[in-house]
Amino acid sequence: MNISVDHVSSGYRGKAVIFDISLALESGEVLCLLGANGSGKTTLFKTILGLLRPMSGKVFVDGEDISRWSRQRLAKSIGYVPQAHTPPFAYCVRDVVLMARSVYSGPFASPGKRDIAIAEESLDRLSILRLANERYTELSGGERQLVLIARALAQQARLLVLDEPTSNLDFGNQMRVLRHVKELAQSGLGLLMTTHFPDFAFLCASKVALMKQGRILAMDRPKDTLTQASLEEAYGTPLRIVDAGLGIHVVVPRLN
Amino acid sequence: MSTAAETVAGGLESRDLEAQVAPSRAPRTRLIFVALWAALIILTVCSLLFGRYNVPWQSWWQAFAEPDSAGLAGIVLLQVRLPRVLAALLIGGGLSVSGAAFQGLFRNPMASPDILGAYAGAGFGASVGILFGFGIVGIQVLGLAGGLAAMLAVWFVASAATRTGGDPTLTLILVGIIVREAGMALIRLAEYVADPHGKLASITFWLVGGLAAVTPHDLEFAAIPILLGTIPLLLLRWKLNVLSFGEDEAKALGVSPWGIRIVIIVCSAMISGAVVSIAGMIMWVGLVIPHLARMVVGANHKALLPASFLIGSCYLLLVDDCARGLFALEVPLGILTSLVGVPFFLYLVFRTRMERA
Repeated sequence: MNISVDHVSSGYRGKAVIFDISLALESGEVLCLLGANGSGKTTLFKTILGLLRPMSGKVFVDGEDISRWSRQRLAKSIGYVPQAHTPPFAYCVRDVVLMARSVYSGPFASPGKRDIAIAEESLDRLSILRLANERYTELSGGERQLVLIARALAQQARLLVLDEPTSNLDFGNQMRVLRHVKELAQSGLGLLMTTHFPDFAFLCASKVALMKQGRILAMDRPKDTLTQASLEEAYGTPLRIVDAGLGIHVVVPRLN
Repeated sequence: MSTAAETVAGGLESRDLEAQVAPSRAPRTRLIFVALWAALIILTVCSLLFGRYNVPWQSWWQAFAEPDSAGLAGIVLLQVRLPRVLAALLIGGGLSVSGAAFQGLFRNPMASPDILGAYAGAGFGASVGILFGFGIVGIQVLGLAGGLAAMLAVWFVASAATRTGGDPTLTLILVGIIVREAGMALIRLAEYVADPHGKLASITFWLVGGLAAVTPHDLEFAAIPILLGTIPLLLLRWKLNVLSFGEDEAKALGVSPWGIRIVIIVCSAMISGAVVSIAGMIMWVGLVIPHLARMVVGANHKALLPASFLIGSCYLLLVDDCARGLFALEVPLGILTSLVGVPFFLYLVFRTRMERA
């Protein structure tokens, strides 16, 4: 399965925020989207998820133009993992994950036994089945983020779009989320995620797209995309890239 | 080597986790529903028994089997108490279900059709109906139209105001208050122009809210819109869960929000219009009961909506029994529900503050 974004411009109220974006994502890949605040990452996400209609260009899933797809069909192909949030009601974790099953039932139906089994299996895949009866609103940020990933898994989409899944998490939880992201790609899902930390792209991405002011500056393997020059241009701050061994690179910023 | 060991450890861990999982709460929820149904049946029977006129047990069978020959007992049971009890049951249930649906729709536990001005709109529509001397159906249709207009006004103004920034909860409630005040002003206008010797009294008396004047005829005409409004809300209850996560998430989960929103708004307007036209402004039920229900069965709308209906029915039956029997003179039901609702609302406000602190 694959998504390809073909020369897409998109924005709000007739004003484009991203311009002429092209990228592709295959099953088994992690595509990391990097860029300063306001560089258009969220707009690109919303366009891929069908929440915004592109002003020009097209988004294809497996070669098919998604602009005519129904919400249901799109939801069965692309799952969305928002940033960990606090909904107004204290649903239990099992119910939060079960909501992903709505797309497989009619408007008046509630999830059945099979849906519950799928939801619990998704929780188990992320090793958080023990939280099934907890209240979602009372979990830590890291746990909530994992629950939202489990929900996207229960949706049984082959492509996942993750909006800054590591933001607001402590270091340990950030690594846990990244480990799961990597595992899910290895199991054959395609993942598109945004992050504010170039280091994370080095850790788990198979491809990186670096965005600036609504355009893609560079897109390739992390080592080739994230160079001192490109990162300095994208973020406007001096830095160095250090080889930490084991094939891992780290960005070392300079404050003076 | 280490990776193999980790895999094994991971596998063991996940199996252990499975063993740790408490079974789902479904059996407990089922038990709660059995208890709620039992409470509703007992309260219904007690409310039929309760009253100034003592209906002897022998007359019960006769009243239901041969209503024509049952005499005074038959009239008291079938013409006075039964419509009133059924009205309390339907109104309490309908208002509570629409309140719960509103809270899900607006993603806001402080929302309900009465707080957001739907009753005031429905009340204005219905008073215009009374003013022009329409029958029960005309009054209801105008009530529905007024309720719908008020809700759409709140919806559009609140979403426009939220788009420009600001706390959505606060904005919604402020807009609701504004719309409600506009509705109340229009009601007062209707009262002002009403004929002081005839229609003014009937508008004022009816606005206070109560079931004393409910006739079997009223009930027949109000039961249909209340049920027609309640049933779709109950059917859509699972999707309300999805909707309460917000527009973008609902769409990404494959649920189109607009159809559901329209159904909720139209159904709630139908319930508000029907209730207001036969019983006046019965405030606070739609806000208070969903909270009680949430404490009992949890946040999941799948259980919350039916539980709200049952608890709302029980609550209004109980309050109406108090209205009938507490004092020598009947206390209007609407006044009692407000006297109970206001402190509860204050409690909610403080509890939310505490949680945030």
